[in-house]
Amino acid sequence: MSEPLFTADEQKKFDAGIAELLSHYPPDRKSAAMLPALRLLQSLKTWLPPEGMQLVAQRLESTVEAAYEVATFYVMFHTKKPGTYVIDVCTNLACALRGAEGMLAYLEQKLGTKAGENGEKYFLRETECLASCGTAPCLQINEDHHENLTKVKVDALLEKLS
Amino acid sequence: MSVLAEKVITRDWAKGPNHTLAGYKKNGGYAQLKKALTMAPAAITDEVKKSGLRGRGGAGFPTGLKWSFVPSLEKNSKPRYLAINADESEPGTAKDRFILENDPHLMLEGIGIACFALGAHTCYIYSRGEFKHPSAVLDKAIEEAYADGIFGKKLMGTDYELNVYQVRGAGAYICGEETALLESLEGKKGWPRLKPPFPAVVGLFGCPTVVNNVETIASLPRIFEKGSEWFMKLGTGKSGGTRLVTVSGAVIRPGTYEVGMDTSLRELIYAKEYGQGLPEGRTVKACIPGGSSAPVLNADELDVKLEFDAFKPLQSMAGSGGVMVMDDTACMVRCLWRVARFYAEESCGQCTPCREGQPWMARIIRKIEEGRGESADLDTLINVAQAIAPWPPIGLGNTICALGDAGALPVQSFVQKFRKEFEDHIAQKRCPHGDQPWGVFGEFK
Ligand SMILES: Cc1cc2nc3c(=O)[nH]c(=O)nc-3n(C[C@H](O)[C@H](O)[C@H](O)COP(=O)(O)O)c2cc1C
Ligand code: SF4
Ligand code: FES
Repeated sequence: MSEPLFTADEQKKFDAGIAELLSHYPPDRKSAAMLPALRLLQSLKTWLPPEGMQLVAQRLESTVEAAYEVATFYVMFHTKKPGTYVIDVCTNLACALRGAEGMLAYLEQKLGTKAGENGEKYFLRETECLASCGTAPCLQINEDHHENLTKVKVDALLEKLS
Repeated sequence: MSVLAEKVITRDWAKGPNHTLAGYKKNGGYAQLKKALTMAPAAITDEVKKSGLRGRGGAGFPTGLKWSFVPSLEKNSKPRYLAINADESEPGTAKDRFILENDPHLMLEGIGIACFALGAHTCYIYSRGEFKHPSAVLDKAIEEAYADGIFGKKLMGTDYELNVYQVRGAGAYICGEETALLESLEGKKGWPRLKPPFPAVVGLFGCPTVVNNVETIASLPRIFEKGSEWFMKLGTGKSGGTRLVTVSGAVIRPGTYEVGMDTSLRELIYAKEYGQGLPEGRTVKACIPGGSSAPVLNADELDVKLEFDAFKPLQSMAGSGGVMVMDDTACMVRCLWRVARFYAEESCGQCTPCREGQPWMARIIRKIEEGRGESADLDTLINVAQAIAPWPPIGLGNTICALGDAGALPVQSFVQKFRKEFEDHIAQKRCPHGDQPWGVFGEFK
């Protein structure tokens, strides 16, 4: 027997969330809720497991193929389970001019991982401009944003990730 | 030095919390929406036309004119939509995020005014997926507006229904392009649509739709408070109002500032109110004036005013107000490589010149930067760029959307203005800047 996708609590959240989302769109446009529905699924499971994709497709009267087409187009969706901490480091121009490459190397060394490698604990990767160009360099840890970074600040952030 | 006479967008940000409804109302919030609801919709659009308000999302298109492209209900009885572009992802640009964080109701009030003028009963705010905090602040503000009876079945107590929803993106630069944004709002991957038809006629769900940037819409309450003439006069030339710009890179005080349209790049970089210049001994080598897709300027071109039309003689653009400064010790080849990598990564893959050309350009620039370049590479690079979007002038792109241009223009302008640096890399078979290509603040400390 495979484990059910959701706990009872998660199922409740999912059902209520989908109902709310569908109320935002014309009744004949259920599939418009695809992005927010995938986001809801990912917020519950940390990634987009295949059973969940099927469920989303079904509720939105869409297809699994369409759901995957969307999921793989957007970098924030994880169709493979990511490490506990997803660390997105902006290395675009304004951040690079403020030391972002050095920051990425510093993180690689401190975490013992390589950018782009999805490990069990860390998924460190480069990302594009995060609208922090005037407060560079910056990074996000599980979508929480941190800016004006220095070695001291990065050390403090990493300390919290046990 | 022209210091801004009157702030528009950021006026109340220093007075204390303005992100709550109570704070916003204390500063006179929602009085302009109330006023607009007593006007004829066509009269609202007229005021916006007279104000000289131009789109802050990058193209500087006159807002009132855009609204007037929406067909009348007699001609087209489908519902109409307003979509707010809060996708802010053009490298160098960091302004809309601060409006969402500091003054979400200013934008929401503007949404009320715009929707009433357009006859739209639904507005979707498409915010970029990475904006966790700004989105949370906005969600709270929307909730407050509903609870207060501002939005919902009865817009501020009138018989006009208006629903406002935030939809969060999921990490794709192309979704900032307005037709890709609409595709994404329809629950699909962000593939831009061929135009025409334009969204004003066939937009979201096949219905007339206006797409406007956050800052554009946030300007509306002030226009109705102080009058369209006041707004026009505050500006310069054919551009009304002020601008939020972000100066980044080699300046001492990087940040986002509200400036007058008559402020020059030089003032933005050097004034004590803004960038405060470069560290001692360093000078500006290059400046990207309007987000990374805007053709780069050299040190002699900094007296241009930030007004939208002023950049035309320089074959560049004011764009989205992302000003990136590179000092005399930065490597132009390395900077261009990073920019080219971005457009290669973000091309949606629909048109051949963009899908194949952007990564090809990135590969050639990389090869030159790593000391493996040959003299023929520069010609190839320019040929590839010209095949995507001939330059100058701007706007001749051969692709479905302007991302093609956005990736080609930096390449053409960097090579034209800093050709010697590319040739030096090829001749010396290495980067002359060694392992310090990023200039004065390039080291992580
Ligand atoms: C590749 C590309 C990316 C864009 N990204 C954004 C963006 O992040 N935010 C934005 O407001 N406009 C962006 N635009 C411009 C929009 O297509 C559109 O012109 C704008 O949202 C219209 O609003 P405005 O008239 O108020 O400026 C982008 C355009 C292109 C071609
Ligand atoms: S120009 Fe590039 S991003 Fe735009 S539609 Fe074509 S391939 Fe996609
Ligand atoms: S370049 Fe890093 S936030 Fe803009």
